Amino acid sequence: MSEENETFEDEIHTLPLDAWHRGKGARMVPFAGYEMPIQYDGIVAEHNWTRDQAGLFDVSHMGQLMVTGEKAAEELEKLLPGAIASLKPGRTRYSLLVAEDGGILDDLMVTNATPWIEGDEEEGTEGRWGEPAYYLVVNGAMKWDDIAHLREHLDDDVTLTHMDEHALIALQGPNAATALNRVMRNVIDDMVFMDSLVHDFGEWPLRITRSGYTGEDGFEISVPAEFAESLCDRLCAEIEVRPIGLGARDSLRLEAGLPLYGHDITEKTDPVSADLLFALTKKRREEGGWMGHEAVAKVLADGPAQKRVGLEIEGRLPAREGALVYSGDKQVGRVTSGGFSPTLERPIAMAYIDTALAQEGTELEVEVRNKRLSAKVARMPFVPHRYHRGK
Amino acid sequence: MARYFTDEHEWIDLEGDTATVGITDYAQGQLGDIVFVELPEVGSMVEKGKDAAVVESVKAASDVYAPLSGEVVEVNDSLDDDPALVNSSPEEDGWFFKMTVSDKSELEGLMDDKAYKSFCDGL
Repeated sequence: MSEENETFEDEIHTLPLDAWHRGKGARMVPFAGYEMPIQYDGIVAEHNWTRDQAGLFDVSHMGQLMVTGEKAAEELEKLLPGAIASLKPGRTRYSLLVAEDGGILDDLMVTNATPWIEGDEEEGTEGRWGEPAYYLVVNGAMKWDDIAHLREHLDDDVTLTHMDEHALIALQGPNAATALNRVMRNVIDDMVFMDSLVHDFGEWPLRITRSGYTGEDGFEISVPAEFAESLCDRLCAEIEVRPIGLGARDSLRLEAGLPLYGHDITEKTDPVSADLLFALTKKRREEGGWMGHEAVAKVLADGPAQKRVGLEIEGRLPAREGALVYSGDKQVGRVTSGGFSPTLERPIAMAYIDTALAQEGTELEVEVRNKRLSAKVARMPFVPHRYHRGK
Repeated sequence: MARYFTDEHEWIDLEGDTATVGITDYAQGQLGDIVFVELPEVGSMVEKGKDAAVVESVKAASDVYAPLSGEVVEVNDSLDDDPALVNSSPEEDGWFFKMTVSDKSELEGLMDDKAYKSFCDGL
């Protein structure tokens, strides 16, 4: 491959909030094909701020897709192992795209975004649900592959729209709801974890979903790119809210036990080994009718060779992706992501471990630069989730 | 005492034949929150430009290269308990190790304070 081609392939794009981040003193790095803020004040300070207050994250690199059509739910169910048809309007669910061989193509959030159309008394029409619509948020680095996969396999009667004129902002932390409620006059008061609604904030049409990637209560707000800066300014004017970079996003999600695509889950890992069975609705797990079911059912029946687990590591030296895990002299696994937990003030990691040794409490060793570190299989999340589940 | 700087963002204080080595304020700012420093063993030989220490930040591990060749004669034990010293006092209390200087000609080409400052300004 010539150098020009490589430059073309590796072209780095900018996102709608690029100038905003730079104005806030962010250090920008290439990530998923975009210039992204890795940090502002420092990863640990930003991490702790999010756990204590509320952090604002720009996740506009992620793919926002809308799938519409009368048959949208049943078509999506051919590709996603979760129950989509029974997902109520205004509800969100974690799901996966699975390949024929059972490998995970991506993980995603799917929301039933079917609009409610108000009735008109004068015309004598009653309120009704509009055309079925499903809002998908997929990983930034995978979105082009996901779009190609969806276009190839979804029926032609279903329309796939890439909402590439939209930014995506996450507001995460115990004070996220307080801040957002103050700014938007209690609009999110009745929302619980995994609820989603559309809200016109002045002239800004927003979609607000009570979800996130930190383990904290929080929201993800989809906003037309042209209003993204104003929205971030408005939110950061609240005393609880500060901008947070990708570095803290990674340490927060690791503590929350949430897998990172391309590291903890890949096309070479299946949902059973990845310990993501909760994304496979029980009924659909048995009945199938989705791509990859046969392969996944076989792993379920035979049991996976390895499982994704958490590791707590002794001392202060972090074990990073690629570090090998041992039981005595035998290599029994590999770290897929790891780092230093600012909340627990100790190194933690996710690893794939031979199933026989994957039970909580099993004593293992991790090798880092020819040193063996003591490690123990730990329950995830490492730091408890604090989602707002309502009563 | 003379202070020298490398283009790998290390500083060297030379006193007689002994050099104290650390990383610069610019370097700690780039690395971010430091959670662990792996120092060479006392008595080990290090070679200019080769790995001598490893700095682990929350995000990543980074190698620190020996700025000169020689023998490590002392390491900063306080970094074991408080690796964040490298963030709070990189050019004083957060020093890494002391070493003998086997070949003083290796000091040629290193920067002084002023040259290093303009080097950083150009980055």
